[in-house]
Amino acid sequence: MNANGETLIEVGHLVRRFGDRAVLDDISFNVHRGETLVIMGGSGCGKSTLLRHMIGSMKPTSGTVKLFGKEITAMKEREIERVRLRFGMLFQSGALLASLTVGENIALPLLQHTDKSGDEIEEIVKQKLQMVGLTGFEDLKPGEISGGMKKRVGLARALALDPELLFSDEPTSGLDPIMTAVVDQLTLNLTKGSHMTAVVVSHDMTSAFRIATRMIMLGHGSIVAQGTPDEIRNSPNPEVQQFIHGQPDGPIPLNVSQEEHKDHQHVRPRPFLGARFRFHHKHP
Amino acid sequence: MNARTLAFCPLRPQVKNYLQLNLSLLYWILIAPFTGQFFKIAPIFRQMVFIGVRAAPMVALTAFSVGVTLAMQAAHSLQSLGAEMYIPDLVMITLLREMGPVLIAVIVIGRSGSAVAAELGTMKVSEEIEALEVMAINPVQYLVVPRFIAMLVMLPALTIFGNYIGILGGWAVCRFALNFNTAGYVLRALESADTWDLYSGMIKSAVFAWIIITIACNAGLNVEGGAEGVGQATTGSVVQALLAMLVMNAVLTGIFFFSA
Ligand SMILES: Nc1ncnc2c1ncn2[C@@H]1O[C@H](COP(=O)(O)OP(=O)(O)OP(=O)(O)O)[C@@H](O)[C@H]1O
Ligand SMILES: [Mg+2]
Repeated sequence: MNANGETLIEVGHLVRRFGDRAVLDDISFNVHRGETLVIMGGSGCGKSTLLRHMIGSMKPTSGTVKLFGKEITAMKEREIERVRLRFGMLFQSGALLASLTVGENIALPLLQHTDKSGDEIEEIVKQKLQMVGLTGFEDLKPGEISGGMKKRVGLARALALDPELLFSDEPTSGLDPIMTAVVDQLTLNLTKGSHMTAVVVSHDMTSAFRIATRMIMLGHGSIVAQGTPDEIRNSPNPEVQQFIHGQPDGPIPLNVSQEEHKDHQHVRPRPFLGARFRFHHKHP
Repeated sequence: MNARTLAFCPLRPQVKNYLQLNLSLLYWILIAPFTGQFFKIAPIFRQMVFIGVRAAPMVALTAFSVGVTLAMQAAHSLQSLGAEMYIPDLVMITLLREMGPVLIAVIVIGRSGSAVAAELGTMKVSEEIEALEVMAINPVQYLVVPRFIAMLVMLPALTIFGNYIGILGGWAVCRFALNFNTAGYVLRALESADTWDLYSGMIKSAVFAWIIITIACNAGLNVEGGAEGVGQATTGSVVQALLAMLVMNAVLTGIFFFSA
């Protein structure tokens, strides 16, 4: 771990319940300046929810989140806005404003928060679009571009104010292998070259191992494993091994029924589903 | 409303959200400009076109038919008394005080209020509102303020426009069915109304504008549950705005014309 960098994010004993289901259950970790933390975990295990708590758009049931040394969970809207100017966020869905063009979406934070002239902003928009490989797409509406392109525009928008901290939720999902490599290279350039800190949620193991300086794996509401990419790769934990090698059989339960999903336990499949599975095995 | 009545209100969270929206709207309009956070003009004009100008044809059609109907109704009753000369008075005063503001508010609720609720609701469910907040852009400042100002300007403007068209409708009946001469109609109409009739109508439509746009924005910003939620919020906002507007109309009519 990066011992000399200052701590940018401190998550302490974070608990979040939806109803009586604890999606995040006592999660603690720190992120230091200059690190690239990759958060992994099965679909629906709470990665996006964790990010939402780290950016202050959801309030935890209990626990603390500190950004840049300041506790944000109890902050008023006015105070948290100042903190938010220092980081960028790429949403899993892109979350582009549908009524604005691609260029206007990227220009939005610049128009709202800087005194730059129209020409300067146009220049920055061009440059950010070029960084994500979308030169010349300024004038299209989000409805007119593909899912992967939306992701990249979202990334360009998150980077518009040159933040010192970037959160990105599955930046490479929906991208082809070449574009994935381009986005990973971009993240690496920004973290290595511009000393940005990044927190990246990813399912994509190739990409995760390419960019991570540290990794966390979430499962049933808590942290299953954390460490450097090498530590994770060589982890003795069978859940981690199953996840990074993408094997269908292993200790991670298939969340096939609502009930299992609810308490995140390794519950046996319900009889009906069990019968169906056997049926398939007998008659392939 | 004190805390206890609030606690017993079945719509409590919604009422709380609504009051909060109004407070932050007042902040962004009255206080923020003095701290150097001015609102931008361009989005206000865009919303004025969207909320107001595009509703004009519909307003014109309705107002014209109301003017025609009012004149025919008046003719029917007044002719038996031999008092057709009062038809313009009746058309004019009914339009200015009551029918104008209310009918045009109904049209704007159905056309623009629902559109605003649906638009903001869609933005809410597609995480756009959350994205704005994370970019440190206040959704009330960025989305609600321009719509509010546009509505506050355009609804009274549409009302004046509708009044003219309605009076034109009345004129059409008087001129072509009852053989009034045009100058006579215009003179009578102008004589009958005093400026207070106009002002009271304008005050009403400004109050309606406030009600319509805050209810629509509140419904949109608090949507939960995907496309279905957007649909429900849109319908809900139309019903609530209609009810609130009609109740407020009765209250204002009471205050303006029966309190003195
Ligand atoms: N607003 C909410 N209300 C109720 N439950 C929620 C809400 N948001 C998320 N959840 C629940 O929290 C769990 C985690 O959701 P989350 O979106 O964080 O998953 P994820 O790890 O990002 O999954 P994916 O990889 O598919 O994006 C899900 O089971 C979901 O049902
Ligand atoms: Mg997610």
